[in-house]
Amino acid sequence: MDAAGLGRARASAFVAPALVLIGVFLVFPALWTLYLGVTNWRLTGLAAAEPEFVGLDNYVDALSDDRFLGSLYRTFVFVIGSAIAGQMVLGFIIAWLMRNTTKLIRGLVETLVLIAWILPASVIAWLWLVLLDRRSGTLNAILGTEDTAWLLEYPMQSIIAFNIFNGTAFSMLLFSSALASIPPSQIETAKMSGARTWATLRDVVFPNIRGHILTVLLLVTLWTFNVFAPFLLTGGGPGQETEIFPVLIYRLALQTGELGKGAAFSLIMIIINLAIALIYLRVLRERRQS
Amino acid sequence: MTTTVEPPAAPPTTGRGANGAFVRAALGRIGRYVFISFVIAFFALPVLWLVSAPFDRAPALRLSVPEFTLRNFEVLLDNPYALRSLGNSVIISLATMAIVLVLAALASYALSRVRIPGRDVLLYSLLLLSSIVTGTAAMVPTFVLITELKLIDTHLAVVLVMAGGLLPAAIFILKDFMDNTPKSYEESARVYGASSLQVLRHVVVPIARPGLATIAVWGVVQVWGNFLVPFILLRSPDNFPAAVVMFTFYTEGGQPNLALISAFSLLFSIPVVLLYLFVNRRYGFRFYGGIKS
Repeated sequence: MDAAGLGRARASAFVAPALVLIGVFLVFPALWTLYLGVTNWRLTGLAAAEPEFVGLDNYVDALSDDRFLGSLYRTFVFVIGSAIAGQMVLGFIIAWLMRNTTKLIRGLVETLVLIAWILPASVIAWLWLVLLDRRSGTLNAILGTEDTAWLLEYPMQSIIAFNIFNGTAFSMLLFSSALASIPPSQIETAKMSGARTWATLRDVVFPNIRGHILTVLLLVTLWTFNVFAPFLLTGGGPGQETEIFPVLIYRLALQTGELGKGAAFSLIMIIINLAIALIYLRVLRERRQS
Repeated sequence: MTTTVEPPAAPPTTGRGANGAFVRAALGRIGRYVFISFVIAFFALPVLWLVSAPFDRAPALRLSVPEFTLRNFEVLLDNPYALRSLGNSVIISLATMAIVLVLAALASYALSRVRIPGRDVLLYSLLLLSSIVTGTAAMVPTFVLITELKLIDTHLAVVLVMAGGLLPAAIFILKDFMDNTPKSYEESARVYGASSLQVLRHVVVPIARPGLATIAVWGVVQVWGNFLVPFILLRSPDNFPAAVVMFTFYTEGGQPNLALISAFSLLFSIPVVLLYLFVNRRYGFRFYGGIKS
């Protein structure tokens, strides 16, 4: 077992530096939200010097806070729209259609989708600001909709489209390898017996890639829930119309300075993440068993 | 446009059924190409600006065929913040990558070779933790922690926070690599009296090089494009990395400085595209899926 002759003491010394860094900058902040969330800690002023214990007030207040509830609802719309209906469904349709096209089209589509994924989020945000600009944006020029301020009139739709653009590659890649693993004979048999596309998908394809669908669903949901990039497009505005949960935490804690409340919301976010991750682990275990 | 796989639709022979099938197949094919064209437009349209505007004499928001010039890159060279921020990005990503690489190599090697009690539980819970305590979810406690440590507005703060977040996954991936490297070389090195650090440096590292290269590329890509962590931890424009500084490029009139933004975006994107091509050539692009998130 111990080929390198490390011994437990030296092995622990090898592991320790990494654990210290993880402990201080990952584990400790996560645990600290438990404490920060029950204080009225502020960025400036009296409560910054001597934060007071306020119990569960931050959490109780949140339940009747329209801004918090509104943000949860908007996050829900954003995740359903851009992660599930957007990235997942679009990724699947692209992967499905690319099975039967020429190599040229397949290469072109896959490269474009991948580029939208690998470019830094800041660059992509600028590309979309340019695309959607009111006075002389490319989109208005193409659609002939002069003077449409997309980011003001359709803010939620804009950040949903932006996030679909940015993240579809993952589900496209995963689904195309999943589809490749289905025995072609099964699909051919369904086609020969006269099944339409929808029936083929329902009876042959989906049952075969059930595990992959769940994986994509959960990962894409988790990532989209944690994405901050829409802030670069709209800053949460106009008003609070695109104030999804991460943006709410940023504005509340770091712009307004209500760190205690922000920490309480952060803990809620971590718990939701934990729930999604635990479901994912369970799905993985079931897949391994079957 | 032609398809290679699909057989031609059934010829319209006799009867209504065959005719309907023909029409349906034709409509289906048209619908498919319309949809594919739409997908291509959706993903290509925003990116076209990135390759045309940097070389346009009068870069506008609207997409146009550029009047070729390299003047926009001169604007970039003249801007004191632009090059500096790219330098900051290089410093931050290389420093983070170096810390992650060294600490993860040490830890994963030890975890791979010695059965420390509770090892697997430790590995899995760290991985779980790093995927739920994301930069967004932990921005408040991280900000307060860095403030208390008096590290606000330092690159060190960004490097430490990023490294802490990346280490669990790095250790996890590297341990897999280490498990698959043969142990006999280490045994013989030990017979000749090498210390364990020497064994690691001269025997294990050369064997595990592909794994280490993977972690290095992955680390750089993660840090290079990250916006949130430097955005909340840094204050002065002098310290901003490229991802943050881009949102300060406005003209005196309050208009976005498009000449600067377009040229800068291109320069900022080239390294990740090159790394992607490198990974693609070595491992196939599907592998990149694993390293992006």
